[in-house]
Amino acid sequence: MKKFLASTVAASALALMLGMTSARAEDAVDPNAKQGGAITITYKDDVATLDPAIGYDWQNWSMIKSLFDGLMDYEPGTTNLKPDLAESYEIAPDGKTFTFKLRHGVKFHNGREMTADDVKYSLDRVTNPKTQSPGAGFFGSIKGYDDVAAGKAEGLSGVIVVDPYTVKFELTRPDATFLHVMAINFSHVVPKEEVEKYGADFGKHPVGTGAFKLAEWTLGQRIVFERNADYWHKGLPHLDKITFEIGQEPIVALLRLQKGEIDVPGDGIPPAKFQEVMADPEQKARVVEGGQLHTGYVTMNTTMAPFDNVKVRQAVNMALNKARIIQIINGRAVPANQPLPPSMPGYDKEYKGYPYDVAKAKALLAEAGHPDGFDTQLFAMNTDPNPRIAQAIQQDLAAIGIKASIQSLAQANVIAAGGDKAGAPMIWSGGMAWIADFPDPSNFYGPILGCAGAVPGGWNWSWYCNKDLDAKAAEADSVVDPAKAGERDKMWSAIYDKVMEDAPWAPVFNEQRFTMKSARMGGADNLYVDPVHIPINYDNVYVKDVQ
Amino acid sequence: MIAYLGRRLIQSLLILLGVSLITFALLYLLPADPVRQIAGRSATPQTVENIRQQLGLDQPFVVQYWRYLTKLVSGDLGRSYIQRSEVTELIVSRLPASLLLMVGAILCELLIGLSMGLIAAIKRGSATDQTLMVASFVGVSAPQFVVGLLLLYVFAVRLSWFPIGGYGTWRHLVLPSLTMGILGAGWYARMMRSSMIDVLRQDYVRTARAKGLARSAIIFRHALPNAILPVIAMIGIDIGIFMGGIVVVESVFGWPGIGQLAWQAIQRVDIPIIMGVTLVSAFAIVLGNLLADIIAPFIDPRIKLR
Repeated sequence: MKKFLASTVAASALALMLGMTSARAEDAVDPNAKQGGAITITYKDDVATLDPAIGYDWQNWSMIKSLFDGLMDYEPGTTNLKPDLAESYEIAPDGKTFTFKLRHGVKFHNGREMTADDVKYSLDRVTNPKTQSPGAGFFGSIKGYDDVAAGKAEGLSGVIVVDPYTVKFELTRPDATFLHVMAINFSHVVPKEEVEKYGADFGKHPVGTGAFKLAEWTLGQRIVFERNADYWHKGLPHLDKITFEIGQEPIVALLRLQKGEIDVPGDGIPPAKFQEVMADPEQKARVVEGGQLHTGYVTMNTTMAPFDNVKVRQAVNMALNKARIIQIINGRAVPANQPLPPSMPGYDKEYKGYPYDVAKAKALLAEAGHPDGFDTQLFAMNTDPNPRIAQAIQQDLAAIGIKASIQSLAQANVIAAGGDKAGAPMIWSGGMAWIADFPDPSNFYGPILGCAGAVPGGWNWSWYCNKDLDAKAAEADSVVDPAKAGERDKMWSAIYDKVMEDAPWAPVFNEQRFTMKSARMGGADNLYVDPVHIPINYDNVYVKDVQ
Repeated sequence: MIAYLGRRLIQSLLILLGVSLITFALLYLLPADPVRQIAGRSATPQTVENIRQQLGLDQPFVVQYWRYLTKLVSGDLGRSYIQRSEVTELIVSRLPASLLLMVGAILCELLIGLSMGLIAAIKRGSATDQTLMVASFVGVSAPQFVVGLLLLYVFAVRLSWFPIGGYGTWRHLVLPSLTMGILGAGWYARMMRSSMIDVLRQDYVRTARAKGLARSAIIFRHALPNAILPVIAMIGIDIGIFMGGIVVVESVFGWPGIGQLAWQAIQRVDIPIIMGVTLVSAFAIVLGNLLADIIAPFIDPRIKLR
């Protein structure tokens, strides 16, 4: 049986044959980095939990990544996969068996060595319904998942401990996203004895293998991370201590940054202050801009008249003046013409999208039998800037005769309306928009554009269900061979081009990220807009003023 | 007296029960589904149903409410949906900060409000009186969010007299207390002024004046203690107003109290926390009112508890 060995998806076959697998990760340490020092980061909201099986918001996502590790990770500042707790891996040619060799000598913060049993335990735990993990669904391709999810089995039959340093996964179908799944927080490795010791409070007493360990958590006030001196990745982390101060309004955080009291305002630059900051050269120099795996879009309920007519949906796509909408958020975005954001593999650079063309949009509406337009509703989240964006969309729609009344509601209520088939004709996604769980094109399809998401309580708010495309998506995801990644990306591009033909969405913009930092912070810019670490990559940044 | 207390305690319990029922019902009727909030966007329908069952949210309203009440009796407020920690622990850890802020705010409002009212009453009808009354009106009507940010900007950012938000030392306490206190100070100034004017009209004050006592002695030794008592009795009722104010003020100043906890919970539809904080605040308000009523006859013997 022929097997192929891979260290990174992008790695060349030559490098692999030379056995460079484990050398790569160590190379990543910045030679200019200084060791030591402490930084302070502020947040408005409480940190919900630091349990990797539970935490699922952008705030704790990156913190958990610094406390725990998974089998896979990404090269800092990029979306390139690399082995992490795994030293190497093999994928069987049928794409249904993944075998990971673990690093030796990796220790949990409690001093015990991490082994293959811990990997299995962690995955059994995250998929067990009792854990109530929001990420359980990511592991649906592992054999035995359905039994565990239904409460019929305690463990995943498809996760097999071969020896203490080898773990094998058997899947029910070839899954090209599986290496990404092994890099998301939900698959991070936890020690059984600590989970059992703290029970439901493990999220407040996290113990992992990560670069930092939790030193202090004063509820509602601060969380302190301390450098893990035994971290397996020699040379990391650079910082001795990170203090997260909780409960600080973004505007107050900015004032404190200007006075040099803090290093990174975790909630970003407050919109009201954005122009002021960017107009001041001294402050602007400390802002790092980067892409985000985010798309803001208007959904149209394809099961509701008149949006069941594709011409109406195409007309809406042509009616939106995206450049003007972006002005509302101070230009903090780029116009979008397709579901995938530009920094996502599979983004179709050739695709031009629907032009902004009011006359053509009107003509399409007339063809669809609505020469005088119609009345409808546009749902939007009620926090700034979303109502203002909804108003801009409302004006654009009015220009082609569509009179949309705005339903500005709390986030949870909009989500509820979207998940109800008769709930919302149109939704502006702002504040609830899809941000990828992992940098793979498939992540923008299944839950939000595929048939699986078009169910009550689902996230496919257009209720768009194209069985043919679902089949094509499954076909693309069965291309597991990393060498064929380019081919697979093309398959995905074609899927999204077809989606745009049916136009269940009007993509509006892709938000850019703007991270502000103190003058003493060092490290490459991409660490401050790391696609998988928000706001910053804690393990790799450093401070310049340590002796 | 004891019969009165017993009756009031039963009343208070009924009020709390009513508050719990109404809040529980409102949160139950909320169109947002907490289970989907917990399950996250990648959850399969099966995961969603599992969680719903485990939390007992598939049960009818009466069953859910009864279960909440029985747990409540043993001091169990449940676990937060989002943070997964015990609500009691979350509230208890934040309560000292809120109480401290409340004490600070009461000191501020008494100090500012009473002195303003006193001066206005003594200088009744003068320009000083008018200015103070306008100022008190501004204090009453100024939005706390704006006052807070303004104080923060002037005294913390520009002048650096106080830290920019946070918690820990007495210096952290000044600006949030002041922000909360300014609202109450306006009310107290107005009450103190009319109460003082009333007292100054009394016969015994006229007698004292006729005896040739010094003006300061009349005001501070004879009039003030009588004028101040009915005003002080209002503090119990203030607690209710504070409970509303701490949500805003704690958020502006990053003060780690239960107001901030409530605000975050509302945004995330974290129902156990919303319930818990509502009950704790309702309890504080009921207790404050009860204390105010009990203390009243000691302050003013004309009031009888019946």
